[in-house]
Amino acid sequence: MGYRLGVDVGGTFTDLLLIDETSGQTFRDKVPSTPNDPSQAVINGARGLCERQAITSSEIDLFLHGTTVATNAVLEKKIARVGLVVTEGHRHIMQIARSLVPGGLAAWIIWPKPEPMAPLECTIEAPERMDAKGETVRELDKDVMRARLEKLKSEENIEALTICLMNSYVSGAHEQAVAEICAEVFPDIPVSMSSDILPEMQEYERALTTVANSAVRPTVARYIGNLERELVDWGTTAKLNLLRSDGGLMSAEKSSNAPVNLLMSGPAGGVAGAVWVAKNAGIGNVLTLDMGGTSTDVALIENGSARLQRETSVGDLNVRASSIDVKTVGAGGGSIAFVPELTKALRVGPESAGAVPGPVAYDKGGELPTVTDANVVLGYLPESLLGGSFKLDREGAQKAVQTIADALGIGLMEAAAGIVDIVNENMFGALRLVSVQQGYDPRDFALMGFGGAGPLHANAMGKLMNSWPVIIPPSPGVLCAYGDATTRQRVETQRSFNEQVQNTNDADLSVYLDSLGAQVKAELEAEGVEPEAIELLYDVDMRYAGQAFEIPLSVTPDSLSIANIISRFDTEHERLFTFNLDETPHEIVNVRAVALGKASDVAPPQLAKGDGDPGQAKLRDHQLFMDGKIQDAVIYERAKLDAGDIVPGPAIVTEMDSTTLVHSGCEALVDDNGNLMINRAASNPEGAN
Amino acid sequence: MPAQIIETNSAPFNQIDVDPVTLDIMENALRNARIEMDATLVRTAMSPGIREQGDAFPLIADREGKMVVGQFGSFIDGFLRSYPGTIEEGDMIFLSDPYSCDGAVSHNNDWLVLLPVYRGGRLVAWTAMFGHQSDIGGKVAGSIPIDSKSVFEEGVRIPPVKIYQKGVYNEEMIKVVMHQSRKPDWCAADLNALIASCRVAARRVDEMCGRFGEDEFASATDLLLARNHRAMKHLIETSIGEEPVDFTDYICDDGVGFGPYKITCKMWREDGKVILDFAGTDPQAPSSINFFLNENMFKMFFGIYMIMVFDPQILFNDGFYDLVDVRIPEGSLLKPIYPAALAGRTHALGRIFDILGGLLGQRAPEFLNGAGFSSSPHLMYSGFDKSGEWFQLFQIGFGGIPGRPFGDGPDGHSLWPGFTNVPNEFLEKYFPMRIERYEAKPDSGGAGSFRGGNGIHMTYCFLEPGTIAIHDDRWFTYPWGVNGGEPGERATKILERTDGSREVVANKKDGIEVKEGDLLHFITWGGGGWGNPLERDPDLVALEIRQGLVTVKGALEYGVVIAEDGTVDTAATEKLRAEMAAAVVESDSPFNFGPDIDTLRTNCLEETGLPAPIQPGSVAA
Repeated sequence: MGYRLGVDVGGTFTDLLLIDETSGQTFRDKVPSTPNDPSQAVINGARGLCERQAITSSEIDLFLHGTTVATNAVLEKKIARVGLVVTEGHRHIMQIARSLVPGGLAAWIIWPKPEPMAPLECTIEAPERMDAKGETVRELDKDVMRARLEKLKSEENIEALTICLMNSYVSGAHEQAVAEICAEVFPDIPVSMSSDILPEMQEYERALTTVANSAVRPTVARYIGNLERELVDWGTTAKLNLLRSDGGLMSAEKSSNAPVNLLMSGPAGGVAGAVWVAKNAGIGNVLTLDMGGTSTDVALIENGSARLQRETSVGDLNVRASSIDVKTVGAGGGSIAFVPELTKALRVGPESAGAVPGPVAYDKGGELPTVTDANVVLGYLPESLLGGSFKLDREGAQKAVQTIADALGIGLMEAAAGIVDIVNENMFGALRLVSVQQGYDPRDFALMGFGGAGPLHANAMGKLMNSWPVIIPPSPGVLCAYGDATTRQRVETQRSFNEQVQNTNDADLSVYLDSLGAQVKAELEAEGVEPEAIELLYDVDMRYAGQAFEIPLSVTPDSLSIANIISRFDTEHERLFTFNLDETPHEIVNVRAVALGKASDVAPPQLAKGDGDPGQAKLRDHQLFMDGKIQDAVIYERAKLDAGDIVPGPAIVTEMDSTTLVHSGCEALVDDNGNLMINRAASNPEGAN
Repeated sequence: MPAQIIETNSAPFNQIDVDPVTLDIMENALRNARIEMDATLVRTAMSPGIREQGDAFPLIADREGKMVVGQFGSFIDGFLRSYPGTIEEGDMIFLSDPYSCDGAVSHNNDWLVLLPVYRGGRLVAWTAMFGHQSDIGGKVAGSIPIDSKSVFEEGVRIPPVKIYQKGVYNEEMIKVVMHQSRKPDWCAADLNALIASCRVAARRVDEMCGRFGEDEFASATDLLLARNHRAMKHLIETSIGEEPVDFTDYICDDGVGFGPYKITCKMWREDGKVILDFAGTDPQAPSSINFFLNENMFKMFFGIYMIMVFDPQILFNDGFYDLVDVRIPEGSLLKPIYPAALAGRTHALGRIFDILGGLLGQRAPEFLNGAGFSSSPHLMYSGFDKSGEWFQLFQIGFGGIPGRPFGDGPDGHSLWPGFTNVPNEFLEKYFPMRIERYEAKPDSGGAGSFRGGNGIHMTYCFLEPGTIAIHDDRWFTYPWGVNGGEPGERATKILERTDGSREVVANKKDGIEVKEGDLLHFITWGGGGWGNPLERDPDLVALEIRQGLVTVKGALEYGVVIAEDGTVDTAATEKLRAEMAAAVVESDSPFNFGPDIDTLRTNCLEETGLPAPIQPGSVAA
């Protein structure tokens, strides 16, 4: 057994975690991200970490990777210019969309008109037609198609191409024929077919999902290509796997071709890590606050599992790919504060200084005040970060924040506190979206802060949300990498079955399921997973014939009984919707097989028991600005804290990759695994929890 | 006689101070329960009108029936005032007859389910939902005969009855109802879906009462209603003048040869109240285009428009109703006398919103939008397929959203909330048809500095012989433009037969026979333009030509001349724009309705291919 390497690329930092698969021992590191070619930081960081631990590149079996490359491309609108080929007569498919204006009655008055992701001027029509049974109504006119593609090539500078033809979910033959001509006319650009990416009925959703795939494909393929090349140069034979939006892992090749499944890869890593920490800490319900340099992701974990959804949303983009239900706001440590001339209001973000030039305090050329700078001014971030290898420019930060104070006509500290309050309010809004607005009471949840800046803001968020305890896991900056490294490889396939139960039988369904199972098992084996380590899961989607909604039910092919599936469906339908339809036949809509690789048995670290007094970890006395006044505080070194120690606020707890702020009136208990559990102090007039 | 509410616990609710955070949580929980109602419905309904298009409306009301969250609601009060029976725990009310609920629903197709939510022997809330049934019997498939002379031709009429009485389901009654429909399977599933939605919301209300307390829940709904009352009071005082403004718009025709029908409304503020007076609206029609408008329903429409136009941050509910006084003349198109036909009320319903927009924006043209409501264009297609199976489609179409003060109107979108189109692949899989074209119709949006959205050109190829019906409006009058913007194009429908003949068909017509291979071009209206088209960026006009949204000819409306290579001919454009600017006639009115009614009538046949409608009341119907 060798090593697993989990690497998570964020907008600002790249986090690394190396796990010895035999002993469970972990090693971690954090290096600045290299946005122009994120693979640089990945490889250099991995090399550095392995060299320090005297591990050779050939000892690494698995390279597990979460990346926000696709996400950022969408959010920053740095997407490919996508050409789109649709069936004749349907050119405005992306313009008309589903005709839906979101919101209530009269919401059209205030809804801004969106621009389609594939520009209309780059959308051309294929002279062909297929019917709903997959039979050809009109053959593709290849000459006309070629001429139209040539014209598109001469007029528009497209970087990726999407083909989405009517009824291609039944048969991809026409799309295939168009693709062949595309390959000749556009030999150098990637072509995505909707019958590949999402073979499901509903032309708009299929087109949009496939267009989104095309839009991020050049960026993602370039990135993965670079990464694989450098891994080879480094001399490792480790299998590269990327974390999908739904928390599973997939191969590099699949990732390059179907990057639409990576749109929430980064956030999924954090949530997967949080699930692992929460499980070990024995806490079932957790709100997660993953605050990085550019943005913050929040999610809800209920009874130990993250909420999954059948769609993925990034900014305004909403595609049909499974993902963990994560909400993202453009609020991070690098978010830039500014005062618009007109309104004289203080605004923070969504513009971010990112990793380059970064906050002023990082002294890398940044000149605009950021949230990080405000934290430096307030004394929440002591002068040195990353265990001393990274010095902060406090004077520079003060100068930058002073521009905000001057524009508002208030003091420096008040301006800095204002910046922090506003960014907190933005994150508060996102947390409400996943909790209150889903009918959950945040008071029933703990709140876990991680990512580079989460631990700095989590205590404040806990106060706003009334969610206790506030949990700061050990090495919160590399929690995503923990998630990447502790989750499992996953191959999933789904096919339409579309039979009413009276037209099929147990044996047929069982055979069908077995064939799907064999397919995903073979795919996972091809990725190097040992056959005996593979776990196979099966689902069927059932509904009453005529309904639009299916209920997924897990099954096992060996002991399959349609009668049993029906009875479970009826029970579930009644629980969900309070009724059954006795006269209506049941229909098996889709069947699905999932193959899962082996989970890594990574045990949490165990801390030595202390005497409750954190004195041994005290670094020095400190002052910070909180609750409108300068207060005395203490800086502690997290690595020296023992289990059971209680850190009274206000205090700062530093470690290599992160800084935790404990507010006045609160205290942090160190648990056996090294988590900081922040609660209101017993002496707090608002009472302990 | 009003309904008698039976409660086994007579303890009054205590007024409780609800802290702002708890109030926010409850508000969000209620809003979320409402969203859950929608989700439950679309997941379990079967008719495409509901499961694919979302033609259904939920609400949660307080114990007095005032809507706290929802829309198209506010009808429980009307029901309670006219229901002669008792309401008890375990009861559930089912109804569809507009005349026995004071217009709570406005045609027989809308089935309404009302569930009183009891807890501890006391009524704490109501949940309700109605949804459009694709077929409830009557003289035509789809049950919306445009030429019906009374409600008795419009399918099964359900007075308020107890579908559950103290928890016991009235199966026999439902059997009778279902027996009237051509699609009892859809109706059964959709009714179950409505019931399930109400039950889900009732369960959420019960949980909230358990979590926060019954007194807290009651106090919170009071506070939410009061919060809205305060905000609307302020908004009314600052946005509505004491000097009356009025606005008139039309329904193009009634489907039996008469039109246009005038709807006119005058608005002013008096003693802190808004008066909305429909005096001057035309008398009821002899066909089914009458719209029985419940006053509270109109208050709600007014409130939502006020909020959307002037301050979208305000929470919407029924709290402000005593600030509005709605006056509708008896026997008019909006308050027809029983048993006037009602099935085709959708056209007047849509037009009401254009009238509201025109009234509210008149004093503040910066908030004004162009016209956009055609109504809600319907296509019905039914028959027996080759295997002898009955098929029946009811589909709602969409057109152009008007130009707005901040930008162009979207092309081919819905002005109705929550409505989506039916995916064409769904149509092709489940109905004998192929959709040969589904595109925005270039130039159909009114020109303006902000263009009105284009209508949709949808071409159906029918694959089985059958009967179609078309219901649309805005084919005779124009969707008006504002602040210098031009009107949008009108709606049109063309049948192209397999023998090569082409025929313009009326926009309100039932019983059109089609054969296999016939093509129907179903073309909807464009939204009105906003602002002076000469101020639109010529390069944007050129880009929209490449996008197929505007034509080279249409560009001339913007004073933009396109050279042969597709780019803007700058010199020619400047010259044309100067000429057009000089020819603009200054007007006091922010509205551009296009030609007056007499001119429209004169040119009707030539411009639309259809004879002009006859002035209502000029000859006996």
